Amino acid sequence: MHIFGEILIGIGAAFLFLGGLGIFRLPDVYNRLQAGTKCTTLGAFSTVLGVGFMQPQWMARSIVIALFILLTNPISAHALARASYKSGVKLWEKSVVDRCQEFEECREIPKEEG
Amino acid sequence: MIWLVFFSFIAAGIALCLARAALGPTTPDRVVGVDGMVTISIALMVLLASFFDRAIYLDVALVYAVLGFIGVLAVARYLERGI
Repeated sequence: MHIFGEILIGIGAAFLFLGGLGIFRLPDVYNRLQAGTKCTTLGAFSTVLGVGFMQPQWMARSIVIALFILLTNPISAHALARASYKSGVKLWEKSVVDRCQEFEECREIPKEEG
Repeated sequence: MIWLVFFSFIAAGIALCLARAALGPTTPDRVVGVDGMVTISIALMVLLASFFDRAIYLDVALVYAVLGFIGVLAVARYLERGI
């Protein structure tokens, strides 16, 4: 059980590092949200569950923390992406498609630099 | 020894997120950096709870998760409609 917890924590730490790398390296806000949210959600989930496996008397509390992260992280990322689109942050110039432009209320948003 | 590997990976992740929060050209970029740093810090706090063998750090991690979530939602609402 101890070894299994250490393996889970190792996977989680590697994914947390990859999430930080994605947040630093990718070109615009939406790509950064993609990398940051998915990698840090999986990394924190796996790390917290690994600690729960290493110390079985903390299993209930670590499951609560893991479920909270799993529920709230996509919500905050979605709200942030929607708010940055509505406040006029441009996509990267090599982005292929912008599906929101098919709707009237997305075309009215002024695109501003900065 | 294996704890050193875990803590160095997590410290590198936090440093990269802080660099994005300092450099980011727009406001949502900075918020993305801070949000990633909050999530990585929760994992770090839980790891520290296991390292020092203190169960109270788990409660600190849970409260920090709630506060980070509310903070990101508040900034998103401010960007979308103003105060």
